[in-house]
Amino acid sequence: MDALVANGITKRYAHHTALDQVSVTIPEKTIYGLLGPNGAGKTTFIRIINQIINSDEGEILIFGEKLNQSHIGVIGYLPEERGLYKKLKVGEQLVYLARLKGLSRKDALMRIKTWLEKFEIKDWWNKKVEDLSKGMAQKVQFISTVLHEPRLIILDEPFSGFDPVNAQLITEEILDLKKKGSTIIFSTHRMESVEDLCDHIALINKSKKILEGSKKQVKDQYKSNTFIVEHRGRFSLNGGSYELLTQESLEGDLLTSTVKMKNAGNPNDLIRDLITLTEVHRFQEKIPTMSDIFISLVKGESHE
Amino acid sequence: MNKIWLIIQREFLNRVQKKSFLVATILVPLIFPAIIALLVFVSRESEKNAKKEVIHYIDESGIFVPDTAKYIFRNFSGTLEDAKKAYNSSEDFGLLYIPKFELSKPKGITLYAKINPSLDDVSDIERLFENRIKDLKMKNMNIDQKILDSLKTNVRINTVKISEGGQEKSSNSGVLFGIGMAAGILMYMFIFIYGAQIMQGIIEEKTSKVVEVIVSSVKPFQLMMGKIIGLASVGLLQFLIWIVLMSTLTFGVLGYFGIDPPQQQAMQQMGGDVAAQQAAMNSEVVQGINAFLSLPLGYILFNFVFYFLGGYLLYGALFAAVGSAVDSPAEAQQFMFPITIPMLISYMSLFMFILKDPHGPVSVWLSIIPFTSPIAMMGRVGFEVPDWQLALSMILLVAGFVLTTWVAGRIYRVGILMSGTKVNYKVLAKWFMQRG
Repeated sequence: MDALVANGITKRYAHHTALDQVSVTIPEKTIYGLLGPNGAGKTTFIRIINQIINSDEGEILIFGEKLNQSHIGVIGYLPEERGLYKKLKVGEQLVYLARLKGLSRKDALMRIKTWLEKFEIKDWWNKKVEDLSKGMAQKVQFISTVLHEPRLIILDEPFSGFDPVNAQLITEEILDLKKKGSTIIFSTHRMESVEDLCDHIALINKSKKILEGSKKQVKDQYKSNTFIVEHRGRFSLNGGSYELLTQESLEGDLLTSTVKMKNAGNPNDLIRDLITLTEVHRFQEKIPTMSDIFISLVKGESHE
Repeated sequence: MNKIWLIIQREFLNRVQKKSFLVATILVPLIFPAIIALLVFVSRESEKNAKKEVIHYIDESGIFVPDTAKYIFRNFSGTLEDAKKAYNSSEDFGLLYIPKFELSKPKGITLYAKINPSLDDVSDIERLFENRIKDLKMKNMNIDQKILDSLKTNVRINTVKISEGGQEKSSNSGVLFGIGMAAGILMYMFIFIYGAQIMQGIIEEKTSKVVEVIVSSVKPFQLMMGKIIGLASVGLLQFLIWIVLMSTLTFGVLGYFGIDPPQQQAMQQMGGDVAAQQAAMNSEVVQGINAFLSLPLGYILFNFVFYFLGGYLLYGALFAAVGSAVDSPAEAQQFMFPITIPMLISYMSLFMFILKDPHGPVSVWLSIIPFTSPIAMMGRVGFEVPDWQLALSMILLVAGFVLTTWVAGRIYRVGILMSGTKVNYKVLAKWFMQRG
C-alpha cells in the first residue's frame, strides 16, 4: 500500500500559485525525498498534508484513506523552523505535545522516559528549553516528532542546526524508524543526505513537480552513457559511435578520459575497442549524482 | 473539544504557576486600600500642617473683616505704592487692595500676586467679600444677626428608592457612584491586562516558531480559543481571589472598628430609636457601609462576571488577531489604535456621562453598543438598569464577540504562519478574505 498519494494538488494565493497540479505517490516504508529549491512549494505541500492549510484542488490519501482529522495522530511533523515553548520544562513540554497528538498522559510519560534514556538526556526533564543549547533543543524536538509513533513522518530539513555527531545520531534514528515500518518524507535541498538516505525522490520546482521516481530510476533516466576510463598511454577516439569528451593526466603516467557512447549500447563494446587503443586500468560508468540532476533540472527550468 | 481543553489547561497552568501571578493576586487587594488610605492620610496631614499664606491688604473701604482660616491677613497702612514696594521685597503670597466702593457696586478690588493665584484662591477671597457684603446689606435692611443665624439650617436628604412592589430601600448615590466607578475601572484594567497577555502569548508562539508544530495537531481556531479561554479562567480566578481577600479584609476592618454590619442592617430596618443610636455613631461611614451592603451585590457581581467575560472575549479576539499578524509587541502598536479607542471612549464616558447621569441617552446607548457596553454597563448597573436594556445589551455583547472571534479567527489562521511580512490593514483584509 502507498503511504501517501496526492492527486493534482493545487494551492493558489492572490498573486501566485504555490502548487500547481502536484501529484506524488509515496510507497510505504520508504524514505521519500521531497526536493526543490527554496520557495518551490515544498513547505506549502507539507502544510497541506499536515492540514495546516487546505488545498484548493486535488485530494490526498493517507494509507488509502482520504485525509481527515484522524490522521493528525498518524503523522509526525518536524518543521523547518524549529520551535518549542521556551519557558516550559522539557518533560512538561513533551507531555503536552504528545497529548495534543492524542496520547494519554500515562503513555506519553512512559515513552518520553524511554526516548530520553535512549538519547542519554534523562536529567533534562526539569530544564527549561530556553536553557538548552540549539542542538539540545533539536533533540527534544525530534523526540516530540516521533513520540506518538507516527506511521508517516515528515522531516523538513532535519539536519539543519545539528553538529555532525548529532546528525549521525538522527540519521541512525531515521533508518531505525524506517526499519520499524514508518514511512519518512524528507524535505531538503541538501543533496548529500538525499544520496545517503532516500529511496524515492520527487523534485518540485516553481510550484510544479518536474521529476519523480525511485533513486535508481531517476539516475538511470539521467545517465548520459558516459564512461570514465583510467589508462596508460594517450589515445584519440573520433568519429564512429564514440566521442572523447576529456582527457587529462593523473599522477604518474596514468591518464583519465571520459568517453560518451553516442547510442545507448553495451559497454562491453566500448571496452573491447579501448583495449586495442590503450592499457585500461579502470573502467566505470559515470552516474550522475542527485546534485547534478537537481542543478541541471532547476537551472534548465529557469533558462526557459 | 478534548484538545481545546488541553490547551486551556496548559495556558491556565502556565500563568497560574508564575510567581508574578501569585504576587499580583495577593498584593493588589492589600496594596490598593493601603495606597488609598495613605493618600487620604497624607492629604489630610498636609492640609492640617499647611503653612498659611500671608496676604497683605490695604482697606480703604473699612468694611473688610479678615477670615484667618486659610490665609494670614496683614493690614498695611500706607499708600498702595508703598505697599507694592514692601510686598515685592517680601516672600509673601499676595497683596489685596480694597478701594472705597458702594455696597451695590463692588468694583476695583485687586489681588496682586507674584505667581498666578489658583482659581481656588481667587474664589475663596471672592466668597469672603460676597458674604461680608451680604451681611452688611442685611444689616442695612435692619435684619438682626441673631435672626440671620437662626435662618441657617442644615438639611440632609435621605434618598429612599421605592420599587414597584412598594418595598422601600435606602439608597446612597455616593456609594453607587463609587461602585460604578470601581467596577468600570476594574473592567477596563482586566480587559487590557488580559487582552495584552493573549497578544503577548501569541507573539511568543509565533516568534519561537512552536506554532507550526501545534497547528499540525490542532486547528488554528482551537488554539486561539484555547488560549483566550485559558486566560479568561486565570482572570476569573484572580478576580475571585480578590473578592474573597477584599471582603475578608473589609469585614476584618469593620470588626476592628466594632461595627457588625449584618446586625446594623437589621437595626436600620427596625428604624425608630435605633436611628438615634446610629446617629450617635460615626453616622456617615456606617450609612455608607450599610448602603453598600444593602445593594444587590450578587446581582452586581453576576453582571461584572458576565460583562468581564463578554468584553474580554470580544476584545481578546481582536488582541489575538493583532498578535498573530505581527512579529513583536512594538509592531503591534499600529493595530492597537482601533482597539484602544472604543475602550478609551467608554472609560472617559464613565466619568463624563455615565456616573453623572446613568439613565441619560448617551449612557444608555453606550451601555448597549457591544464595544463600549462592558465598561458603560458596569457604571450603570448599580443604578438599576431596566431589564430590557440589560437583556439587549447582553445579547448584543454575545453577538459582538461571536463576530470579532470569527473575524479574528480568519486573520489568525493565516497570520501565525507568516513571519517577516510587512503587515498593514490591507494585508489583514487579504488574509481575512483568503480561503483555507
